[in-house]
Amino acid sequence: MDLSYSAEDNAFREEVRAFIKEAFTPDIVRECERSKNGYISKEAHITWQKRLHAKGWAAPNWPVEHGGAGFTPTQKFIYTHEMEAAGAPHTIPFGMTMVAPVIMKFGTEEQKAQYLPDILASNVWWCQGYSEPGSGSDLASLQMKAEDKGDHFLCNGSKIWTSMAQHADMIFCLVRTSNEGKRQQGISFLLIDMNTPGVSVAPLITLDGPAKDQQEINQVFFEDVKVPKENLVGNLNEGWTCAKYLLEFERGNPYSGGLNRTLGKVRSIASEVQSDGAALIENSDFSARLANLEQQVMVMEATELRIFSDVSAGDNIGPGSSSMLKTRGTELQKDVSELAMQAIGQYGLPFVEDTLASTNESDIGMAGAAPITPIYFNVRKTSIYAGSNEIQRNIIAKAVLGL
Amino acid sequence: MDFSFTEEQTLLRNMVQSFVQDNYDFDSRMKIVRSEEGMSRDIWGQFAELGLLAAPFSEELGGLDGGPIDIMVIMEELGRGLVVEPYLPTVVLCGGILSRHASPAQQEANLPGILGGENIWALAYSEPQSRFNAADVLTSAKADGVGYVLNGTKAVVAAAPWADKLIVSARISGEQRDTNGIGLFIVDKSAAGVSTQDYPTVDGNRASEVTFENVAVSGDALIGSADTGLSILEEALDHGIGAICAESLGHMKSLNDATVEYCKTRKQFGVPIGSFQVLQHRMVDMFMEYEQSVSMTYMVNMKLSEGEDERKKASSGAKVQIGKSGRFVGQEAVQLHGGMGMTEELSVGHYFKRLTVIDTQFGNVDHHLKRFASA
Repeated sequence: MDLSYSAEDNAFREEVRAFIKEAFTPDIVRECERSKNGYISKEAHITWQKRLHAKGWAAPNWPVEHGGAGFTPTQKFIYTHEMEAAGAPHTIPFGMTMVAPVIMKFGTEEQKAQYLPDILASNVWWCQGYSEPGSGSDLASLQMKAEDKGDHFLCNGSKIWTSMAQHADMIFCLVRTSNEGKRQQGISFLLIDMNTPGVSVAPLITLDGPAKDQQEINQVFFEDVKVPKENLVGNLNEGWTCAKYLLEFERGNPYSGGLNRTLGKVRSIASEVQSDGAALIENSDFSARLANLEQQVMVMEATELRIFSDVSAGDNIGPGSSSMLKTRGTELQKDVSELAMQAIGQYGLPFVEDTLASTNESDIGMAGAAPITPIYFNVRKTSIYAGSNEIQRNIIAKAVLGL
Repeated sequence: MDFSFTEEQTLLRNMVQSFVQDNYDFDSRMKIVRSEEGMSRDIWGQFAELGLLAAPFSEELGGLDGGPIDIMVIMEELGRGLVVEPYLPTVVLCGGILSRHASPAQQEANLPGILGGENIWALAYSEPQSRFNAADVLTSAKADGVGYVLNGTKAVVAAAPWADKLIVSARISGEQRDTNGIGLFIVDKSAAGVSTQDYPTVDGNRASEVTFENVAVSGDALIGSADTGLSILEEALDHGIGAICAESLGHMKSLNDATVEYCKTRKQFGVPIGSFQVLQHRMVDMFMEYEQSVSMTYMVNMKLSEGEDERKKASSGAKVQIGKSGRFVGQEAVQLHGGMGMTEELSVGHYFKRLTVIDTQFGNVDHHLKRFASA
């Protein structure tokens, strides 16, 4: 056991920092600081991801043969940590970290050649078609139909909570191709072009109050949508295997870098904010709350280091670990956002609709205050999405404890 | 000892309840919130006709001789409807100050406009640096002949965009956080030198940053004296706490009812999700938080007229409870509603947002726990 970094690791860290300094330009920095929901404008996301791609770092989790960065586990941790610490944009996960591993594992050679390079180069924006209005936690009950019409599937139904569908070129969907046998056995994994006739997107407005076209989630409708047969990934009626495989990637992310950065922000706000004639950070109640969260984030970081240290590129961390990280990580995200809101006191109240368009200086009362309460509202989603935390605990009970 | 409501109070509750049901359903509320002005003058006029604006004032002042318990009943029902019209700042805060501490001449000049629904008032006491300390006052009131000249900025003044009149705390003498030397002044919002930056707040209300630049007021704009300003203000804020505790009961009750109903009807894995024990226990905890909040709300509103120490202890104790319970109930109601709870389409998220603001309003849990300890 050894927590120290090698000389190569330290050199790599410097390389990452140098890249961030150059590529994380002020226009993108501003949007990241002002975002209510973790997303920035489509243009900014794509610009950023293309810069990563040019450096060869677009896909830290991919195997090298497909264009992955080829990081060692330690390098990957350093990379993620530095990106999070800088507050750099998150890579839109739907292509890079969700559908790509599924295509690599279950796709044909043609599918790999057709989709993976465009995902890597951020030429195509993907979104995720899993949940339906009647199928949330109980995903296997999904009803969107794909009928075999010889040379194509005919799709009807609707997907909900679809993040950033308004920007998407492609959607990967779980569809029902059979009603025989167990519910899980009639599900298939299908790739659908968002520009196909019959596909439409309706925004869902969340509590953070997004500006027009900046909504995070949508409902996507499919009305007699014709999808070519070759868009099926894996075997017919075996999509559930793909679905579960993908979910482990969706949940198995490190949280501590982002949490540390937000806590750093809270600390700096609390050093500015006045409370009874002194900085808020000197208020013993507040500093105890902050220390309590800093300690919990340190626990998170140690756990992530331990879990990710023996995962190689292209592998996943297994259901128990990913559910644990998702549960604890999102609980901490909610707690940290709450402390940030408490730090700004009365200036958590003013509402600014388009925070991406405005600047810190134009905020009411306190620079940088505008996104803080909307973020508190927005992150309520984290213990609901990707399988609610109640479901995660069920998974751990079953998969790890054998209950 | 008596925890029962009088017949008049029960009638009052029924009246407000049916008014809210008939005129302030969720869609009507959202229409009002999204309108240019952000409130309904029509609803406000009906409040006056129904006697709600006169309810807590004595008969000598033209009121209906009610008190904190009547305000509590009204606020709880307004809470159920997430009503945004400014009952709290106009009637409870400013009306309360005027009725308890203004001179007969000040009362005669100002109370009829409140009771009749002609004027909306806002209490401008908080400042950019003051956080939750009402004594942290930089806005200055400099004696000038028989009057005063006000300079300074007030922060996040609830209902100020709608208000005609303000009660403003300003320092006549002393240092920034001295408890003495603070005066409360009646100021016309249209007076020369008053400017506002208006904005919506995250809970669907409206507020302003209000700036005073050499605003001249006459000597009889001062309520009470320079030595009593802070104690008058603190008393008013405690009455405000009594009122928002009641308002939050309306929110929590609505959320608990909606959550239980949703969990009974929403099916996953072939059964209602309410059949899962982990969710049942969560709803039981929400219920218990609500019940404890009811107890504290009744208690504080019965103690508002007691001595200062007892009033402070009760109001801070109640505010801590409502802060914690409101947060728990709001967060869990969203969680148990799943993705739907995250959207603006259901009322759930709007109750949650209002409860979030109530936790901050008049001081958060940490602030009131400290005040509770020292009272």
